[in-house]
Amino acid sequence: MDGILLQILNGLDKGSAYALIALGLTLIFGTLGVVNFAHGALFMLGAFCAVTLSRIISLSYETIDPNRLDFLGNPAKINTPYVYDFFGPNMGASIIDWAVPLSILFAIPMMMLIGIAMERGLIKHFYKRPHADQILVTFGLAIVLQEIIKFYYGANPIPTPAPAALVGTFDFGAMLGLNPGTVLYPYWRLVYFLFSVVLIGGVFAFLQFTTFGMVVRAGMADRETVGLLGINIDKRFTIMFAIAACVAGLAGVMYTPINSPNYHMGMDFLVLSFVVVVVGGMGSLPGAVLAGFVLGILESFASTPAATSIVPGINQIIIYLVAIVILLTRPRGLMGRKGVMEE
Amino acid sequence: MTDQSSTPSKTEAVEVAPAVQKSSRTKMGLRKQDFNIFLIVIALVMLAPFILNPFPEGSGMAQFNAGYPDLMQRFVIFGIFAIGFNILFGLTGYLSFGHAAFLGVGSYAGVWMMKLLTMNVIPAIIVSTAIAGIFALFVGFISLRRSGIYFSILTLAFAQMSFSLAYSVLTPITGGETGLQLALDDVRLFGTAAVDGSIPATNLFGLAMRDSFELEIGGWLFTFNAGYYLSAFVMLAAFYLSVRIFRSPFGMMLRAVKSNQQRMNYTGLNAKPYTLAAFVISGMYAGLAGGLMVSMDPLAGAERMFWTASGEVVLMTILGGAGTMIGPVLGAGFIKYMENIVSKINETILHQWFYWLPDGLEDFVIALIYPFIGKGWHLTLGIMFMMVVIFLPGGLVEGGQRIAGLFKKRKASTSDDDTTPKSAPQAAE
Repeated sequence: MDGILLQILNGLDKGSAYALIALGLTLIFGTLGVVNFAHGALFMLGAFCAVTLSRIISLSYETIDPNRLDFLGNPAKINTPYVYDFFGPNMGASIIDWAVPLSILFAIPMMMLIGIAMERGLIKHFYKRPHADQILVTFGLAIVLQEIIKFYYGANPIPTPAPAALVGTFDFGAMLGLNPGTVLYPYWRLVYFLFSVVLIGGVFAFLQFTTFGMVVRAGMADRETVGLLGINIDKRFTIMFAIAACVAGLAGVMYTPINSPNYHMGMDFLVLSFVVVVVGGMGSLPGAVLAGFVLGILESFASTPAATSIVPGINQIIIYLVAIVILLTRPRGLMGRKGVMEE
Repeated sequence: MTDQSSTPSKTEAVEVAPAVQKSSRTKMGLRKQDFNIFLIVIALVMLAPFILNPFPEGSGMAQFNAGYPDLMQRFVIFGIFAIGFNILFGLTGYLSFGHAAFLGVGSYAGVWMMKLLTMNVIPAIIVSTAIAGIFALFVGFISLRRSGIYFSILTLAFAQMSFSLAYSVLTPITGGETGLQLALDDVRLFGTAAVDGSIPATNLFGLAMRDSFELEIGGWLFTFNAGYYLSAFVMLAAFYLSVRIFRSPFGMMLRAVKSNQQRMNYTGLNAKPYTLAAFVISGMYAGLAGGLMVSMDPLAGAERMFWTASGEVVLMTILGGAGTMIGPVLGAGFIKYMENIVSKINETILHQWFYWLPDGLEDFVIALIYPFIGKGWHLTLGIMFMMVVIFLPGGLVEGGQRIAGLFKKRKASTSDDDTTPKSAPQAAE
């Protein structure tokens, strides 16, 4: 029992990341009909928003303290972050500590801007071109974005810690009355899961309960008719692209404490996210979320010693294996609409 | 390059077209314009040690020389890989994102042949092609049940699976993280395990692949490497075969798959065998490239199967011109040249180039260029690739044709307009 619970929990945080990226991919595919290979790069850009903000916050100036000596006997140089001056040392320290969650506020406008620039500048010229061209040009864009980040931030992973209050693990098993010490779960992973649930819920609520969302859903179903009704559907789809970019970016921001961001993290996730989208069903939002979590949990179950002893290496290939089986038996995916790219 | 060859033969091709197909075939079963392209490729490949070494040894430009064996081998080997990929993508339009898996499987098979049989490269090359073909048959049989993006994802999934397995579980066969390499205690049925306490070199009936003949003329040093010429001959054969495929009824079928598969089905033709054959052929090309790769340097690693390696061959083909005969070769050469030469330019070299500028301006210019060279060459590659996809869907070949078209238009406007509409179907189309 506790073993199963542990694997489910372990699968949740990876599943959350898959689900968030796949959700964004599906939003873009459902609205604009574009297969966006640069979506992983957006995830990576989000993570680097967090890196950038934590660097900005920790900007500091240097003073020489004649009363203290460093180990060479010279007067010690003391770095004081500017935020200490603005907010006082206590508040300043906690702002630096909470840099990653604060980055959400920074990442939202940044990712919106990047998303709009991407859609208006590049993607809109590719609506009428074949899917292969869309894949290729966004693949090129992903390389470019990745290399730009590599140039400014270097190739090494940049550790970006979670706030001190959320570091460490808690005993989830003891809470449920299981043996203490069997199901330990890091706080931040729980935060990540909850965050993704809120984000996914937010996107669905936005689409379901606002007029804007209703128009977008109508546009997804029949773009031409909505356009004929005098609604500027292109503009709304651009905003949806920006929102999708935002979702990927926020997924990246919150993922930084789990895995130190590096320039190719996006590509690593992208390949899997595409598999997730295809399993969930191209163009189906609930399908993408469901498949994301299911595959995350499956992956975590497959990496248990029990599974790897039966089929060695199953943990490495389980996701692809599931994708192949799904594509061959049910090409429209778990929850795909009938007739959407189903050939 | 295609333009040079296609220009003089244009009128002839047009005249011949209405006649029977047989008469349009001239030499070696090729049409005249194809034959001209083939001759140009032969000349380029055979004279590569000269062409790629235009700068004298020791001069400031010597670093742009690409005429060293290692790089020249890579040019032709990746040329084979890209030609094979082009048979699938260029003709049928099926975008495989997992082609590197076949190259990897071919490499492993090749190294195993050397471990078990002989250091002669012939069995290695043949077996790696065959094994890659069998693997491609398996992957293709499953993947080709879907088309479009699903096909891309399926091939990607297979390639990633092969990569993961080669990296972890199949370590006894693949050498895992360290890669598969020769050892001093290999079985090697025909031949000795070790010569003078070291591993014998790969050879072709005694001619070691790393043997080179160096020719020094004035300040120039030209290297003629045995391995390069073996790869070059194989590449020419591969190119010839691909030209024949392009011009055959089979190639026509593949093009029909690309232009409208539904219509093809309605006319009573099953597209599957044709696409599967194309997939297997292009997988065998990849295996051949892998076999040659280990023949030059007997080492195979799992990273050759990683999906970025598959992405690279896509880049090569598109950059050169998908669906054209010569494009993939150009693209492969271009990318490998960039990878090896542009990535070598560093800040000191830039300072040498721009020393004549005023100090502030010099630093500014260098700061502008710096991100695009050296380690940042991928950025240049990415930008170029995007530009090609956006503005030149036909790749470098189309770019050449457009430039040639500009010149032709000027001529045509002075004489008669009759040639302009006919110039649309190009030789390399």
